[in-house]
Amino acid sequence: MTERIAPTRTPAFEARLKKRYAAERRFRALGLGAILFSVAVLVFLLGTMVLNGIGGFQRVELEIPIDLSEAGIAADPAAMQQTGAVQALEAQGLRDVVQFYAQQELGEEAASELGGQAWRDVAAAIIADPSILHEKATFSLPASADLASGYEGEGSPEMQALAQRLYAEGRIAKNFDPGFLSRSDATNPQQVGIWGALKGSMLTMLVTLLLAFPIGVLAALYLEEYAPKNRWTDMIELSINNLAAVPSIIFGLLGLAVFLTLFPNLRSAPVIGGMTLALMTMPVIVIAGRNAIKAVPPSIRDGALAVGASPVQVVFHHVLPLALPGILTGTIIGMARALGETAPLLMIGMRAFVATPPDGFTSPATVLPMQIFLWSDEIDRGFVERTSAAIIVLLLFLLVMNGLAIYLRNKFEKTW
Amino acid sequence: MTVVHSNLENVEAKMSARDVSVFYGDKKAIDEVSIDIPTEYVTAFIGPSGCGKSTFLRTLNRMNDTIPSARVEGAIELDGQDIYRSGMDVVQLRARVGMVFQKPNPFPKSIYENIAYGPKIHGLAEGKDELDAIVEKSLKRAGLWEEVKDRLQDSGTALSGGQQQRLCIARAIAVDPEVILMDEPCSALDPIATAKIEELIAELNGRYAIVIVTHSMQQAARVSQRTAFFHLGKMVEYGRTSDIFTNPLEQRTQDYITGRYG
Repeated sequence: MTERIAPTRTPAFEARLKKRYAAERRFRALGLGAILFSVAVLVFLLGTMVLNGIGGFQRVELEIPIDLSEAGIAADPAAMQQTGAVQALEAQGLRDVVQFYAQQELGEEAASELGGQAWRDVAAAIIADPSILHEKATFSLPASADLASGYEGEGSPEMQALAQRLYAEGRIAKNFDPGFLSRSDATNPQQVGIWGALKGSMLTMLVTLLLAFPIGVLAALYLEEYAPKNRWTDMIELSINNLAAVPSIIFGLLGLAVFLTLFPNLRSAPVIGGMTLALMTMPVIVIAGRNAIKAVPPSIRDGALAVGASPVQVVFHHVLPLALPGILTGTIIGMARALGETAPLLMIGMRAFVATPPDGFTSPATVLPMQIFLWSDEIDRGFVERTSAAIIVLLLFLLVMNGLAIYLRNKFEKTW
Repeated sequence: MTVVHSNLENVEAKMSARDVSVFYGDKKAIDEVSIDIPTEYVTAFIGPSGCGKSTFLRTLNRMNDTIPSARVEGAIELDGQDIYRSGMDVVQLRARVGMVFQKPNPFPKSIYENIAYGPKIHGLAEGKDELDAIVEKSLKRAGLWEEVKDRLQDSGTALSGGQQQRLCIARAIAVDPEVILMDEPCSALDPIATAKIEELIAELNGRYAIVIVTHSMQQAARVSQRTAFFHLGKMVEYGRTSDIFTNPLEQRTQDYITGRYG
């Protein structure tokens, strides 16, 4: 009697088994490779940004001792708290005082390279603490853009020489510039700040969220839970899917043609920017929302209906809370895309030079990606580092926004 | 048509169906079924898969309304009033005719919230104390109180399958319905959990009119006093449970209960 060999123990089977394991190893290696590649690209990107951007948070400053007690400037501490205090100090000749001490301490040539707005830093210091009017204090004041590039070893030979002389005297240094986060756009890279664009982005995103989220969620709920399934709803679904794929600049044209025609006074305003971006974000939220709502088990709806919940109660007590994590995921994707958009905002005038932060939803503003775009276009070398710094601010904003959404998502996430 | 046993006592009917047909699109899923659901008894619907017994059960509290293509003809009365008449409040109907499903479907909320949800939306409780009392009473009636009284805030979905199903029964009881429909309530449960549910049905019998759809003839024989046999969308035979199982009048019923098809 011949021994029966089971088909799973033949050499051919074992060879096939080896091939199957090899295929699995190949697949895992490829997957790991893909992950490592993405991480490497990300690290390279962030590394470059951070290395370039650190300089953007600093500026070249001149050290000037100023004896304010001899300058004869009077300041009533109460008046210092009111608006117009800077103008009051300017009227008393603060600008000339600063220029005088600069000439005295650094010489004529260097004093002329003090930033034109430098006296404002002194004014800000006085307003913050009027008691320094009775003392002699050393101020770090911004150098001109030319001297700053000289300090970096660029620009004209005279400026480089001047920077070297001041450096040897210990009069010039590159310091951390906290004002970058509180000032707005300027023509001089030494004077620019990101606050205006950051605030513009915040206001714009707020409008986008307040419009796109409720409209998107309500549309998704209606289409999934109430709308009859017929040719009309199929058409609406098709249109929404197409809307999500429309190039963003076309939404900008739409904003220009519709919103700015209706509200011509609101050119460059965050409210118009937010409305335009909401058009773009809403379809993303609708699509993600519908998928999340579809994924809620029908048995939960049945259970609620069977105890006598009305359709609206079923939706708001059961379906929406269970679908919310998925809806928030879609919202993160849509909002992140909206935050990074430049093209549609170009169309509605948010690329204007705006030197003061917007006071509200209707005052002219720009947004972070637009500020980055504008600065990257500048010739002055000082703007290169400022651009990188602005990119870091944009990425941090994105991180905070997404972190908040992910926190909310995890909070609402439940198993069933 | 339907063979109705002539020896049925003349008892009060809680619900009665008259020539009810249900269509899914053009397909006729239920063909002219007429039946009285007695107040005091458990009524079992048996029959092979796809015979329409669940479909018919779902017409009794209009759960079929959620299926767009479904259409119901004929009349179903609850205490003498047609539940398909225009102006019938479906929300109120479902509060009066509760339902327990095949797969336990507790809400992904706490045990307490699962029971309290119905009374809350209907405003059946004045204040927290009264709500607590309803929750306790419902869980006790469903035989779940002793097992969960110390963890009412735990998630309902963390319970075992049998406990989840009793939780769903407690949820149905909490709104104090007049009829409870059970759609194969034990098909996803093990024998021990099944035995507990069957005990529970026996205890609830008399307090609520109960209709149970089941695949298991033994279960129908154990828990019900009336049995209706469905086949291919028609109700073939209806009578006392003991008569249906020992002395069926129809050949098809005979074939089904002796296991010739099913």
